[in-house]
Amino acid sequence: MPLVMSGDPIVRNALSIGVATGVYAVSFGVLSVAAGFSVVQTCVMSLVCFTGASQLTFASVIGAGGGVAGALPPALLLAGRNALYAFSLRGVLSGTVSKRALRAQVVVDETTAMAHAQPTLAAKRRAFDLTALCLFTAWNVGTLAGALAGRGLGNPRDYGLDAMFPAVFLALLAPQLRGPEAVRAAIAGVLIALALVPASPAGVPIIASALGAVPVLLVTGRRRKAVRG
Amino acid sequence: MSWWPVIALCGSAYALKALGLVLGERLDRDVSEGWSLQIVVVPVLAALIVVQTLSTGRHYALDARTPALLVAAVLVWRKAPFVVVAVAAASTAALLRIVA
Repeated sequence: MPLVMSGDPIVRNALSIGVATGVYAVSFGVLSVAAGFSVVQTCVMSLVCFTGASQLTFASVIGAGGGVAGALPPALLLAGRNALYAFSLRGVLSGTVSKRALRAQVVVDETTAMAHAQPTLAAKRRAFDLTALCLFTAWNVGTLAGALAGRGLGNPRDYGLDAMFPAVFLALLAPQLRGPEAVRAAIAGVLIALALVPASPAGVPIIASALGAVPVLLVTGRRRKAVRG
Repeated sequence: MSWWPVIALCGSAYALKALGLVLGERLDRDVSEGWSLQIVVVPVLAALIVVQTLSTGRHYALDARTPALLVAAVLVWRKAPFVVVAVAAASTAALLRIVA
């Protein structure tokens, strides 16, 4: 993979995330056209919605005859975590109002994880922007390819890509697990999500896992008040 | 297909992102560093990893993804480069599926 030979680790990591995402984008393109969307509609979804899991769910529910009323709620539950991500990225999503509005569009799993894995605010901003650039390009080029070609690359599972994303997120989470507070929040998140998997629709376990951070936020909030007070 | 499903999906997906951004800017405005809210993402990423590995839909699942994540965990712990972690996890799952 000559693409990933760059000397800068942020560039290298962003490029490898982009390559893997491109393969998923192809399968979205195939699925969406098969579900009855035109090539243009499929590409508009990837450009404007730009939320992989939601788009895949939306297209498969509609393809299975679920209609918009059936497809929108699960898609939005999956997109809900982007609100949490954008919330956590304050300071990283910098610039003028229009720049922040543009950056909000590319707040997804990969950009957030890459940003937060960096040690400084400057590096976070850079990682966010570079990952967003690679991801946005790969997602949209892949979508167009899939929508035009219909199949071709096969199932991403055959390449183990479904197992690659959790591994990538683990690599990006590891540097954030500094200190017992972060470790406790992570464990709480895992337990909340696992408990909810059989009991709630897709997306809910992941959004609800954010509650694992509440004890830490309460403690730091109290500390801050004490310092000020 | 009509355009309104596309518009509904795109509009609400962006609204969620913008909502998070606006709320994040409202809250915690006095923290100059700007990333104390990062802790919110720690449990979410941890949950994402586990849900993507151990479940299919509403069911728990133990399959090729689990050993792949274990391989990744060892490599992350040994501070292997990111690309190595990614490729090792994908190949572990792909090979196990070929064998199985």
